[in-house]
Amino acid sequence: MILDEVSSDAFRARLRDGGVRWRVGPFGLRVATRMEKLAGALHFLYGDFPLLEDGEPAEFRIAMKTPIGWRRWWRRQVIFHFDDARPFEPFPFRLAFPFFEWGLNWCVYEHAHEFLIVHAAVVERGGRALLMPAVPGSGKSTLCAGLVHRGWRLLSDELALIRHVDGSVVPIPRPVGLKEESIDIIRAFAPVARLGPLFTETRKGTVAHLRPPADAVRRMDEAALPAWIVFPTYQAGAGLQVTPLEKAAAFIRTSNDSFNYKLLGETGFTTLADLIDRCASYELTHSSLDAAIGAIDELVAAAPGEVN
Amino acid sequence: MRSRPRSLLLQVLREPRGVAGLGGAEWEMILWHGRATNLLGHLCHRFEDAGLAGTLPRRIQDRLRAASVMAEEHNRRNLWEADRVHHAVRDLDVPIILLKGAAYAAARLPAARGRPTADIDVMVPKRRIAEVERALLAHGWEHTVLDAYDQRYYRRWMHEIPPLLHAERDTTLDLHHAILPATSRLHLQMEPMYEAAIPIEGLPYKMLAPPDMILHAAVHLFHDGEIAGSLRDLVDIDALLRDFGGRADFWPRLTARAAELGLQRPLFYALRYAAFLLDTPVPADAAAEAASGCPSRIVLRLMDRLVPDALTPPATAAERWRFHAVRFCLYVRSHWLRMPPGRLIAHLTRKSLRRLLLRPAEA
Repeated sequence: MILDEVSSDAFRARLRDGGVRWRVGPFGLRVATRMEKLAGALHFLYGDFPLLEDGEPAEFRIAMKTPIGWRRWWRRQVIFHFDDARPFEPFPFRLAFPFFEWGLNWCVYEHAHEFLIVHAAVVERGGRALLMPAVPGSGKSTLCAGLVHRGWRLLSDELALIRHVDGSVVPIPRPVGLKEESIDIIRAFAPVARLGPLFTETRKGTVAHLRPPADAVRRMDEAALPAWIVFPTYQAGAGLQVTPLEKAAAFIRTSNDSFNYKLLGETGFTTLADLIDRCASYELTHSSLDAAIGAIDELVAAAPGEVN
Repeated sequence: MRSRPRSLLLQVLREPRGVAGLGGAEWEMILWHGRATNLLGHLCHRFEDAGLAGTLPRRIQDRLRAASVMAEEHNRRNLWEADRVHHAVRDLDVPIILLKGAAYAAARLPAARGRPTADIDVMVPKRRIAEVERALLAHGWEHTVLDAYDQRYYRRWMHEIPPLLHAERDTTLDLHHAILPATSRLHLQMEPMYEAAIPIEGLPYKMLAPPDMILHAAVHLFHDGEIAGSLRDLVDIDALLRDFGGRADFWPRLTARAAELGLQRPLFYALRYAAFLLDTPVPADAAAEAASGCPSRIVLRLMDRLVPDALTPPATAAERWRFHAVRFCLYVRSHWLRMPPGRLIAHLTRKSLRRLLLRPAEA
């Protein structure tokens, strides 16, 4: 049963009373909240995700609550609870959903050391995955959303989960966060894209989330071996530029974009070296989504990667 | 003693094989409480030792394994910090004694497995501490406690200097010269502990002798600490006792040492509550010897009421209320033991006044 199949009233009632348990990629969540708007955003953006079966444990226990006291009425806030802990400072009330997404990222990269975790968008085509590690502002999410509407399957917008045993990327196809102009770019680029509510005046400006395509969610248990790493840079007015990257440079850059490379010790080194070995790596500078996607198509055709 | 608190986490710590057939909600409870008490990594190894690793739900297995991976990193980091401390003081010819997690990791004791640590604890004799501190400051460590009152307080009354932070590695070092504050109601002579300290095989550091290691853990939990929420410290004691307990003469040495150092009371509590909550095997002779540390009947009854609840993670709202009440009682007790009333009042007044005056918004 998926979240869309639960009525809005039942969904809200369960969020209030003990929490709704659903699965996101390899993880089980238990989410509780009394916040109506947050409930609406969760229900819409996670609509295709499956509820956990009865015997299945949820590992991340999240509650989004408003503080007790005057903050309840004036300059309302929201607090992210993880188990009994409050790992973050409160956020403004109206940014509850972006805060939830941010907190869920934290849950994953703080706890899921069964993976090497790289801060990267990941998409898949023909059984092979393309990683786009990037710093914020590089246009990775825009590119990811664009590719997802041109025949690529969404594996993840933020976190590449790389399995130590076989080096494959395990999907966690959560909502794709779009910022500022990217929102309109994607609306124009893919009129079928379903976007959630707009959040204005976040730290990153206006933010909206793309609902993950149903097919990506349905296939979220199908891992894929990576074949390409592309480090994108968006630069207004720049011409398209694709530069192959040496293995050593790609290794250093990817390790810098990893959340737990150092923590994993030797295992992290082996998994990362294996990833770099099996991938062709490039830098991509662009100023237009269409051109960037065209360039990626060419790269893929030129270096098809091994099919295992 | 009354019956044991009901807690799934305590049950699986006593008997890991009891997890067969647990449902999803029960596993969530174990994860929740295991995380709250920093025991997930420890649980991972307990399940593996019991041959259960392959039988757990995959998601649980992943969480436990990941916690153990994190603990491994902490142990690795602690050993490197110890190495750097040794490097910084190499010309001083001063013995470095590793305490707690760092010692367990360096000596590869089973207690280190799956055990996360926030910072590294090192001990050097008090008369050498000034030169050691100078050497550390010259090698990248910095003071984080800058307030003059706090600095004075540490140096005058505490068993350690204010914590040092390494600027590049962002790691915290606690430099001790004793295991109890000077203000404490127990007046512990440190010389015998220094004399009995033993070299750690293959490394240039020492650790406390096994009986002293237990006594340190017992003092830390039952005399100097606040007890509430410190189940992990009791699990340390349990793991150390299971490890050392099989060695020849360990138990007589332990009880004799406690008597020699005047630490019978904390040892009595440690053995009593470890056996009660975790089924730690304590031979009858040793328990009888340790009974010399038993407090008056009224205190014992009180502690028997408070300690088990304070060490059990609360599961329901009612249990949470009780936990907070119990914690408050033990908090008062810990301060009572830590310093004489006059000093305590002066200290707390100063602390709260400063909090009120300096940070009105956050107080």
